[in-house]
Amino acid sequence: MKILVCISKSPDTTSKIAFSDGNKQFDENGVQYIVNPYDEWYALVRGLELKETLGGNLTIITVGNAADEAIIRKALAIGADDAVRIDADPKDAYFTAVQIAEYAKTNGFDLILTGKETINYNGSQVAGMIAEALDLPFVSLATKLDINGTTARMEQEIVGGVQVVEANLPLVVSCAKGMAEQRIPNMRGIMAARTKPLTVVAPASVEDLTAYVEYGLPAAKSAVKMIDPNNMDELVALLHNEAKVI
Amino acid sequence: MNILVYINSSNHLAKSAFEAVAYAKKIGGTITVVATGSVDDATLGTLGEYGAQKVLIDRSVATEDSQQVTRLIAKAAESTGAELIIFSHDLVAKAVAPRLSVRLKAGLISGAVDVPNANGQVKVNVFSGKAFGFVSVKSAKKIISLLPNSFQPEKTGSACSVEAFDGAAGTSAIKVIETKMPEGEIPLPEAELVVSAGRGLKGPENWGIVEDLAKALGAATACSRPVADIGWRPHHEHVGQTGVAIRPNLYIAAGISGAIQHLAGVNGSKVIVVINTDPEAPFFKAADYGVVGDAFEVLPKLTEAVKKFRSTPH
Repeated sequence: MKILVCISKSPDTTSKIAFSDGNKQFDENGVQYIVNPYDEWYALVRGLELKETLGGNLTIITVGNAADEAIIRKALAIGADDAVRIDADPKDAYFTAVQIAEYAKTNGFDLILTGKETINYNGSQVAGMIAEALDLPFVSLATKLDINGTTARMEQEIVGGVQVVEANLPLVVSCAKGMAEQRIPNMRGIMAARTKPLTVVAPASVEDLTAYVEYGLPAAKSAVKMIDPNNMDELVALLHNEAKVI
Repeated sequence: MNILVYINSSNHLAKSAFEAVAYAKKIGGTITVVATGSVDDATLGTLGEYGAQKVLIDRSVATEDSQQVTRLIAKAAESTGAELIIFSHDLVAKAVAPRLSVRLKAGLISGAVDVPNANGQVKVNVFSGKAFGFVSVKSAKKIISLLPNSFQPEKTGSACSVEAFDGAAGTSAIKVIETKMPEGEIPLPEAELVVSAGRGLKGPENWGIVEDLAKALGAATACSRPVADIGWRPHHEHVGQTGVAIRPNLYIAAGISGAIQHLAGVNGSKVIVVINTDPEAPFFKAADYGVVGDAFEVLPKLTEAVKKFRSTPH
């Protein structure tokens, strides 16, 4: 079983979000980058569990520059066998997905896993794009994934409920909470990660389709209006007359 | 401009379907809807009231298979000459819109919160709602996936025709084994009013006071991450960065401190009410209305006040 797990970097969840260059760039000053939590906690860990049960190989892939090798080593320390870095600035989701699809096309994987979205751009785009570029079936926001022979069984969120579905491998799956529990790398893993193979691949010629032209921060909330806990009639009246939500 | 709007009508037309059509109408052009699902023709025709000129439906397409839905929309886009395709940013769109982007080589804007500005740039939320960005598309064809509850649908016309459409979508690669829909509950992502509680409720046996308030309001119930993790409440109720992100008109949070990861899932709410015993709880900074008090006393009082309000005409 050959598994490919796509990882992205994202700012630590507690990072202060600010912009520079006239609000055109994300201000990286003081920002600690981590493996996007959905990629690490769910896609990578479930991929490792499947590999441990079924045997095979787990490769992680990211599109990024040399500075991103820190997050690659973290993923290797958690247990991935080897890593691929496509040496390019991930310009947009389309560019990133097609780069990964090009690599997957020549190397052949049974299962391609991603997190459900990144916590910086929240687009939920890359996994579906990889699936289309490879003409593979895609199950999005899976909360459970089991493999039996060449069949995958998944549980996924649907509007208002949950659905159990099956599909044949090869397959692309985006992973959401419920899939696995976070793993903390141990010292042995961290040491081993230093010598695991990391292949740097030149990017394919792909154009990007979208661009962020400007950013901003939401207007500060007006001060909270405190209501006497013994006067809930007043709160209801405010919700009706002032906020107009009931 | 020819605009195609995809609607997933698996069991009913959600409010977000009307929002997507009205959004296309606001942008302006000839609007065709391409739909999947089992909703009847008469109901689909009501999309005309919001601006659709025609609805094309292929009831043979399985919504759970993003490949089939993508083939259908691509064929409808070709036959209508669509330059812009609109989705409502729901769970089906999250699977289908990225595929369609690759298939049509059309730039995709996910989670739009407004119509394109004068420069054609579209506002979206980024960094889990902590910031916003403006996205431009370089390709000739474009796809916009509209965040639910961010655009007010307005009726502008009358019902339109509904035609059967053969999407030539092939067979489904996804086999549905089982569908579990909790009965009688309002699905969280569609709810306009939400009552949520956290560890401050001290145990699952105390959720009655949360459900009473939700029932009085006609609201959905939600919870914080720790409460879902220890199994007091089902996981599909967990709102926050790693759970469901919601943007209701009203979010009432009792016994939730308001960690940054929780706020990331609810900061799109129009109005936030926070009830907490701790006046220093960080959630008060993000709230519109705050009540410092014990949820066990405040929630029943609020429920009574809501019942009183609901029993008199307004």
